[in-house]
Amino acid sequence: MATTETSAASPRAQANDFSISPSELAALREKARFVRLETIRLIEIAKTGHYSSAFSAAEIFAALYYDVMSLRAGEPKWPDRDRFLMGKGHAAVGLFPILADLGFLAKEVLDGYTRLGNPLGDHPDMRKVPGIDFSSGSIGHALSAGAGIAWGGRASGRGFTTFVMLGDGEMQEGQVWEAALFATQHKLSRLVAIVDRNGYQLDGKVDDVIGIEPLTDKWRAFGWEVHDVDGHDLAALTELLRRLKADGARQTPVCVVARTIKGKGVSYMEAEPGWHLGYLAPEDAELAIAEIMAREI
Amino acid sequence: MTALLSAESWQYRALNAKNPGLDFLSDALLELVAEGHPVIAGSADLQYSNGLNKFAHAHPDRYIQFGISEQNMVTAAAGLATTGHMPFVATFASFLGLLCCEQIRMDVAYCAQPVRLIGHHTGISLGFYGTSHHATEDIATMRAIADLTVISPSDGSQLAAAIKASAEWPEPIYFRIGRGRDPDIYERGAHFVIGKAIEHGAGEELTIIACGLPVHPAIEAARQLNAAGRSVGVIDMATIKPLDREAVLRAAGRSRMLMTIEEHNVLGGLGSAVAEVLADEGCGVKLFRHGIRDEYSLIAPPTHLYAYYKLDAPGIEQVASALLDGRPVPL
Repeated sequence: MATTETSAASPRAQANDFSISPSELAALREKARFVRLETIRLIEIAKTGHYSSAFSAAEIFAALYYDVMSLRAGEPKWPDRDRFLMGKGHAAVGLFPILADLGFLAKEVLDGYTRLGNPLGDHPDMRKVPGIDFSSGSIGHALSAGAGIAWGGRASGRGFTTFVMLGDGEMQEGQVWEAALFATQHKLSRLVAIVDRNGYQLDGKVDDVIGIEPLTDKWRAFGWEVHDVDGHDLAALTELLRRLKADGARQTPVCVVARTIKGKGVSYMEAEPGWHLGYLAPEDAELAIAEIMAREI
Repeated sequence: MTALLSAESWQYRALNAKNPGLDFLSDALLELVAEGHPVIAGSADLQYSNGLNKFAHAHPDRYIQFGISEQNMVTAAAGLATTGHMPFVATFASFLGLLCCEQIRMDVAYCAQPVRLIGHHTGISLGFYGTSHHATEDIATMRAIADLTVISPSDGSQLAAAIKASAEWPEPIYFRIGRGRDPDIYERGAHFVIGKAIEHGAGEELTIIACGLPVHPAIEAARQLNAAGRSVGVIDMATIKPLDREAVLRAAGRSRMLMTIEEHNVLGGLGSAVAEVLADEGCGVKLFRHGIRDEYSLIAPPTHLYAYYKLDAPGIEQVASALLDGRPVPL
């Protein structure tokens, strides 16, 4: 469960011990597995969806929502909560099951995913879904929104951290870099961008479409503290995010470039990036589920 | 921290001597702060054009310099609003109402955040700066966005009153304002109710429905026409959305003819909004939509443009006279 235990004030954080225990790690791995299985189940309802975009982000979702972020499911607008925004809003199918699991929305709501009148669509809507901090869907806006939230939190004297997950294809949007300049100028140190660097966008490899490398150098040149991490290494990812959240001395925003694999967890999706948007026939879904159940990530 | 020109500096005084209306925006925001409202102001490298430097000087902790990144400004303002603040962000209307249209739709209106968007130097008020700096489409874009209020004040006092009134308004608002040289119509401290038109006389022959800068010359033209024996009234339709439909219908019931005037394309703006009401209600009254006639404005000093497009008092009087006499409109 997301709790306040990992906040900067906790004894463990004060002791600068951000290490994750074997039992915590095992529990988070189960949550990432849960994200992948639920993604398959929900897209079966919609008959089309972003499997592989959610799969590349499954460990990031799990680390944030079940460990790093301070949240209160019974009080979704709790002013001191940590915030999460999705620039790649099309991966929300992986987040909705978490919100239901944590108690932000009734589990039955998931069963009507994308159906007429249901609050859950392909992209997250803050007016309809408790626990969604900002709506998205138009690529490139989220870092600006997160920067505004971080500015407002600091002005209000609140210590929360704003996490913004960005797609790597999203780096092609100019507004991202407007926000990057702004966050540095205004020293928004409680703003953490996480780039899901899965390497693919709709039309192919990001670096074949419009290349974004050297990505870490770009963020560094924009004045951000930059970390490069394996986005499926839950231990490394969680420990890094715990440490970034607890760091009260930092004067700059932070970018975590999470190296991920599009479709991670299902080998035939990993091999075929065309799964960005698709639908699994029942027999393919069975194969995927079997692999997700059997495989340790 | 941005270096600020103080409100006492010669640069600011020089600007303010040319644009006495610059103080209205900042002064209204300062009053809202004094009343305890959680105002944060921001601008995109135009604080001396919109006068927000005065606010920034008084409350540096409540002012955000965004630099030349208008889209980031609008989206960040929406994020900021989710933390309990009331952002007022300002830039040229051409950038706000067109460049930032999608950010306003997605992040402000769709997310229902109480951001106040100030599009200044609207219409053709930037004269010879040209089409990039003219905003003759912003009413059309903004009023088509659901859950967004659109207000076009006609002078500085009304702007100040509308800003004050906005503190209690639940929806986000797009303010479409001039450049601070608008002649006075109303007394300082005048009452303003969002969604209520202000009627200046009743006309049996013609009612002019105007918004923004053309309201003052429309009142002047009506005065001249009435002095010549005509019966012409003027409605200041400062709130374009939600439109005061009752005021339109009252005018339609009273007058032989209606005329809208706006510093905007005649497509999609105030004239279209009025036409929609008349059509919805089956009113057969003739409507003439006066404004920029689906073209890009010429460049010239603003007063020359207003004369050329017959948006000044003599021009409005000519257009109205032709309508009343059944002659071709001289455009």
